[in-house]
Amino acid sequence: MSTATSEEQIEKLVIESLETFGADPDLITREATFEALDIDSLDLAELSQIVHESYGVELKGSDVAEVKTVDDAVKLIAGRV
Amino acid sequence: MSTAEQQRVASDAAANAHEGCALVTGASRGIGSAIARALAADGWPVAVNYRADHDAAQEVVARIDDAGGRALAVRADVTEQEQLERLFAQVEGELGRVLVLVNNAGVRADDLAISLTDSDWTRVIDTNLTGAFRATRRALGGMIRERFGRVINVASVVGPRANVGQSNYAAAKAGLIAMTKTIAVEVARRGVTVNAIAPGLIDTDMTAQLASSSKVGGELLRAVPARRAGRPDEVAACACFLASEAAGYVTGSTLYVDGGLAA
Repeated sequence: MSTATSEEQIEKLVIESLETFGADPDLITREATFEALDIDSLDLAELSQIVHESYGVELKGSDVAEVKTVDDAVKLIAGRV
Repeated sequence: MSTAEQQRVASDAAANAHEGCALVTGASRGIGSAIARALAADGWPVAVNYRADHDAAQEVVARIDDAGGRALAVRADVTEQEQLERLFAQVEGELGRVLVLVNNAGVRADDLAISLTDSDWTRVIDTNLTGAFRATRRALGGMIRERFGRVINVASVVGPRANVGQSNYAAAKAGLIAMTKTIAVEVARRGVTVNAIAPGLIDTDMTAQLASSSKVGGELLRAVPARRAGRPDEVAACACFLASEAAGYVTGSTLYVDGGLAA
């Protein structure tokens, strides 16, 4: 699996998750901030859980605390998968 | 029957329709055993956790089996993180996601504060409070993914009330009630409820020892407006309610099961 494909899959997973959490699909871009999408710390904790279920990767709270945008999240996950 | 009533009945019938199980810590006897059996009777597959008494835990499982339920005895000391992780892995592997967690494991090590040892302080806090926190932390991920979960912390009337010789136990149980409130607020919008039950004097091995070994138990009983000790099944009935779909709007609360002691 190429890195590009992997990142695309991760982006898809993140976006689908954000939509499940109630983010407005029209506002979700790689540059969008979680604050603008009304995504909070519980949502990010659940995203970590989804990433764990999907890829077996544990994201620590301190890692996730640094994540501010969709792009940050995709790159963080891509770097661990 | 009105539409609302039909919906409520349908909802109750589907109370245990979730693909998951209940885990009761410290379930080999007393209140934990009663809760495990009652949840099984309500249709939950139940993991009966125990620390030391294998035979008693198997007896609980046998009683559940005989009644047509499904149960599994799993040994783990909730104060040991690795054992707790193994407990969850085994339970999830055999019974599915833990959607009802009853933090019941508890110990006593009574003494006046002036002579209470560090080890007795730490042992009680580790089991009664830290163990409950760690189990809750571990269970919450699956619950929020399911959009359903029930955490039930078995606290005590001791904590909200003073009880001579139990500063460690009171601190742990009061801490459990405080923890209940905050975690309840954190996860409420995912359909996960977190509540505490505060039993008063309940007729178990633990309280029998309390009553016979000191005058504290006798004083407690005289202070109970109902003038009797409660039964474990009376506590279990409350746990079943809190575990049910019907209790979905009850969270962050402490349900006293104490014959009026705390009133």
